[in-house]
Amino acid sequence: MVEPRTRNIRIECLRYAPGVDAAPRMQAWDVPFTDDMSVLQGLQYIKDHLDGSVTFRWSCRMAVCGSCGMQINGIPKLACETFLREYMPAGIRVEPLAHFPIVRDLVIDQSDFLAKLESVRPYLIPAVPRTLAEGPYRQTPGEMDAYYQYSQCINCALCYAACPQYGMNAKFTGPAALALLHRYNADSRDAGKAQRMEIINAEDGVWGCTLVGYCSEVCPKGVDPARAVNQNKIESTKDYFRHLLMPRGSGSR
Amino acid sequence: MQVVRADVVIIGGGGAGLRAAIAACEHDRELSVALISKVVPMRSHTVAAEGGAAGVVGADDRLELHFDDTVSGGDWLCEQDVVDYFVAHCAEELVQLEHWGCPWSRTPEGNVNVRFFGGMKAKRTWFAADRSGFHMLHTLFQTSLKYPKLRRYDEFFCADLIVVDGRMRGVLAIEIATGEMFLFDCAAVVLATGGAGRVFRQNTNAGTVTGDGMDLAYRHGVPLRDMEFMQWHPTALPGTGILITEACRGEGGILVNKDGYRYLQDYGLGPLDPWPRPKAMELGPRDRLSQAFWHEHQKERTIQTTHGPAVHLDLRHLGARKIHERLPLIAEVAQTFMGVDATRSPIPVCPAVHYTMGGILTDGRCRTPLEGLFAAGECASVGIHGANRLGSNSLVELLVFGKVAGEEAAQCARAVARSRADEPERIAAAQATQLLAMLNIEAGARPAAIRDAMMDSMESGVGIYREERTLQATCERLADLRARCRRGIRLDDRSRAFNTEWLGAIELSAMLAVADAMAHSALARRESRGAHMRMDGFATRDDVNFLKHSLARYQGDGPPRIEYAPVTITRSPPRARVYGGEGKQAQLS
Repeated sequence: MVEPRTRNIRIECLRYAPGVDAAPRMQAWDVPFTDDMSVLQGLQYIKDHLDGSVTFRWSCRMAVCGSCGMQINGIPKLACETFLREYMPAGIRVEPLAHFPIVRDLVIDQSDFLAKLESVRPYLIPAVPRTLAEGPYRQTPGEMDAYYQYSQCINCALCYAACPQYGMNAKFTGPAALALLHRYNADSRDAGKAQRMEIINAEDGVWGCTLVGYCSEVCPKGVDPARAVNQNKIESTKDYFRHLLMPRGSGSR
Repeated sequence: MQVVRADVVIIGGGGAGLRAAIAACEHDRELSVALISKVVPMRSHTVAAEGGAAGVVGADDRLELHFDDTVSGGDWLCEQDVVDYFVAHCAEELVQLEHWGCPWSRTPEGNVNVRFFGGMKAKRTWFAADRSGFHMLHTLFQTSLKYPKLRRYDEFFCADLIVVDGRMRGVLAIEIATGEMFLFDCAAVVLATGGAGRVFRQNTNAGTVTGDGMDLAYRHGVPLRDMEFMQWHPTALPGTGILITEACRGEGGILVNKDGYRYLQDYGLGPLDPWPRPKAMELGPRDRLSQAFWHEHQKERTIQTTHGPAVHLDLRHLGARKIHERLPLIAEVAQTFMGVDATRSPIPVCPAVHYTMGGILTDGRCRTPLEGLFAAGECASVGIHGANRLGSNSLVELLVFGKVAGEEAAQCARAVARSRADEPERIAAAQATQLLAMLNIEAGARPAAIRDAMMDSMESGVGIYREERTLQATCERLADLRARCRRGIRLDDRSRAFNTEWLGAIELSAMLAVADAMAHSALARRESRGAHMRMDGFATRDDVNFLKHSLARYQGDGPPRIEYAPVTITRSPPRARVYGGEGKQAQLS
């Protein structure tokens, strides 16, 4: 075994326990680390050896489960794929994702985020139900390309922490949910676009977005929610004019 | 204590739990279904599965071949009637998932594509690039939102089962955000809580894979079957254990030792050419590949890394285009976690614990011996994996048997007359008192110290190769750690709200019980079969004495009692298990 080099880094962490702390406070530790250690592993070291009450979510430790999003030196990131070595020698400050209520320490209340994902009818709505005996739909790689990128979202909520609109108005449907909506609208097997149009057109739908684009910058999976939102602004505009020309109920979907 | 009444309670929000929940709702639209999960469903470990899910579709493939591969892959410890049901229902479940939106990878014509996988005779693994589990889980989660009678309890930790007069009457759960206790009053419960790989240090599993569901059933008298069979995946990243999918080899990747030599040809898996070809070389079964790695290490032909020995997985000859199309996650993971560009350099890999072949004893309809309790997915032993699981059988198992469990639980809930009784509440209150007492213990070990000692002991005693002396030492060590746990673990965190240290201590006690079942089952099996390899004079399979399932029965504070049960053999009597050129000869003869 080749012995790795061990150094120390200062990790400063926001602490808040409901009913105990009147307000959030910061606490810091010096943590030994090797160059291949992630911020998540640094926090696990603290929990195991220094203070068992430090609280954070984590699970897969390989950037697919979406659990460990946090502000790392002010930027929304996944702790499992952010490495301590990048923050030497100044050290690192970890805080819960911005724009969400804090449950405890680094744990945010994600219920509003989940409710938004659930609100966009994120499931296939076929024109006619298909039986198993009919087998799979035919869908060419080109047709898949239309939605595939938007199906890569791991629901980590980094884009909500990055979105200034969501920060100002929590009613805004927000980047991940709008990208998910677009994922189904753009799927050749789906016929539910009309049902989802009212969500897009609503005041807190796509028009809430002011095109800052920070959501796409922080996305760890290259989903590009900003692009999904703006494609739907075009759809929403077309929908508006379609209804001017062809009042509701008289035309096709 | 808050009381929630539901007809069916499902514990676990991964692939099996979600499929069970949907099936229960579709089976009976009047029933109320509660889905309890310690994480929000899309965080469940199904999300990390990469390679794909098996289902016979190709013109050159048949159900009998899938059956043969599975039964021989499991070294004849499979329930053959259950394997028959399984292979017959795989493809329709994968089609169902496609109808729900799963983005399976396609051929240029727009049909579902399939790839080779280890130990499988034909191309039958459906895949969504190398994020198959991720797409399956998100598809199931999103589809589950269509069912108004399905109510989710995200981030509720199931701490105990409530059994009255030998049948299920409820579940005690902790609402994680507040630490409040909830009684779910119900007649039918499905456990879909996943495996127990976290009892080992070097593993591919998420932090949630702690065997809690197995422990719940076990403590209430349901045997754990075939627990000595743990799967080491041959290709994980040294140190973290992050999975590097078998699909790398399905697409043509090769494994070489420190001399650049494809060492698998020395272990009954050759000859080399042509490559890739099914059931040979790098497409041999996982038990054989991990065992070959062990031998290479003994021969000092492995590469040294800062995290121990490794070999090289070389994908370079596939070309950047194919790697990015078929294996994008692997390219990303190798870059992020190893600093390796897989298109230019080989990836260092080593075996890591990956899958719990054994689990909660069920029959072919997912029924446990405890009335009203069902189990599906990795936590269960429904009987399809035997002594060694084939890659891509478990993702589709989640669907096939998740559905069965959901339907059976729905029928059970309908059949049982509900009576209002105080008994479940009384039992739940007593259980809750015990759990809360953990917060007030003043002296004892740190949870991490006990956890690390357990992992080290499992690595040294219940590894790829085993012998009586070290197994015995592990059994003694686990008894000692369980005793220390009973004397009390000292928590830094005494509060109720989102106390992950407290929940971790409950998980730790579950892990110790499950580890104990593994170690004792391994000690008692004095033969070598599948993933269970003995070095101490029991180096071969012994069908006379051990063509049978082990059953570990919980005995309170003491070690489990190990019993045996027969294996159902319908049409494939045990024969020599061979791969590579030898396997081909065996089939021709």
